Amino acid sequence: MITCPIFFCAYIKAMAKIKYIEHNGKEHVVEVQNGLTVMEGAVQNDIPGIDADCGGSMSCATCHVYVKEDWYNKLPKKEMGEDDMLDQAYEPNSNSRLSCQIMVSDELDGLSVYMPEKQV
Amino acid sequence: MIKTDVVIVGAGPTGLFCAHQLGIIGLKCEIVDNLNKIGGQCIELYPDKPIYDIPAVPECTGEELTNNLIEQIKPFKFNFHLNDRVQELTNENDNWVVKTTNGKEFHTPNVVIAGGVGSFEPRKFPTKSAEKFDGTSVLYSIKDKTIFKDKSVAIFGGGDSALDWAIELSNTSKVSLIHRREEFRGAPASVKKIKELSEKNIINLFTKYSIKDVKGNGSLEEVEIKSEEGESKILKADYVLGFFGLIMQLGPIAEWGLNLDKKAIPVNTENFETNKKGIFAIGDICTYPGKLKLILSGFHEGALAARGCFKYARPNEKYRFEFTTASNTIKDRLGVK
Repeated sequence: MITCPIFFCAYIKAMAKIKYIEHNGKEHVVEVQNGLTVMEGAVQNDIPGIDADCGGSMSCATCHVYVKEDWYNKLPKKEMGEDDMLDQAYEPNSNSRLSCQIMVSDELDGLSVYMPEKQV
Repeated sequence: MIKTDVVIVGAGPTGLFCAHQLGIIGLKCEIVDNLNKIGGQCIELYPDKPIYDIPAVPECTGEELTNNLIEQIKPFKFNFHLNDRVQELTNENDNWVVKTTNGKEFHTPNVVIAGGVGSFEPRKFPTKSAEKFDGTSVLYSIKDKTIFKDKSVAIFGGGDSALDWAIELSNTSKVSLIHRREEFRGAPASVKKIKELSEKNIINLFTKYSIKDVKGNGSLEEVEIKSEEGESKILKADYVLGFFGLIMQLGPIAEWGLNLDKKAIPVNTENFETNKKGIFAIGDICTYPGKLKLILSGFHEGALAARGCFKYARPNEKYRFEFTTASNTIKDRLGVK
């Protein structure tokens, strides 16, 4: 039997390993499909600590995460408005990002994000 | 006490369109919302952002959508109860008694929960010690500005509310403005004004600082602020004001016994009734297999929930489906010929 190569290819999806670390230190490592956001990766895998009340429209600051410097500087820069929303997050600092604004790609394979104590 | 056919909890797009559908089929409703304006998330979170997926409306903003929905239900003259929140639902002889925080009471056979992700509440300080002074000297909104006269006031935040109040109160109070970064998101004119006032030493401006602690015996005396590097400063303060925008809290809805699943209310997809007879849930707050959090889905859910309400509101009548294009009864209700 010959497998149609095109048909087969449709099932190979590029994924990146993302580590979500809860505030209590509990780690969750999941494969997130390229093109999804870090927020979606958490929500789809039932990882606690990211609420994402507004569903990813950058209007609520409840998908706030901290990213350590080594990764923070590798992420695509914040777009206009993200810092304004972060002002309204729970305990933001200079390592803060909204996970709905971080798009997963090959470059992000191995990324770790830390959750704040709470989102609201 | 107000008797009505339906109480709608939430005046967002879904609640508004459900009200329209109730009006079309000849039912009365009362609409309660915690915000001081109609429109829910559309008006509070994204009034200026364009929406592209409302059927037959290629593009409109949250504000435009809200205004059109308000216009659409005008003929029915429904009452809105804004700045109020439904607190308690109790069942009494097949009727629901709905009580609000402002002391209003409704008696109704139907409640439609169109509460989105919950009600908007101000985001509070993360510091535990601030809770002790909450409502007395730690405040998140201002009702009476005269209480700040000749007092020291520490204002936290970088948006328009923080800037506007810092400018306003600097006339009569000793104001410190504290913000977590150098950039402000408020209107450029206000930012300019704040910088001027800071240069003239009328306002003490602290950027890249956030709250660490509030202290005082009985009444508030000082607030401690910290930089990200860990450096801290103590400021004298009689009042501490926080303006960090609004967050959505499910609030009392969680206590109504509706079998919540991840902050959402399970419903059937025939009429969007919950596990309780006469309580319906529509829009972002409801969940069922295949649920999409789209405004258009909320409209559909509202239309079906309205028909669900009919059988409890008019138990002796049979609901007759009619088109707005053809029915004279509906045209009468809309006040059109």
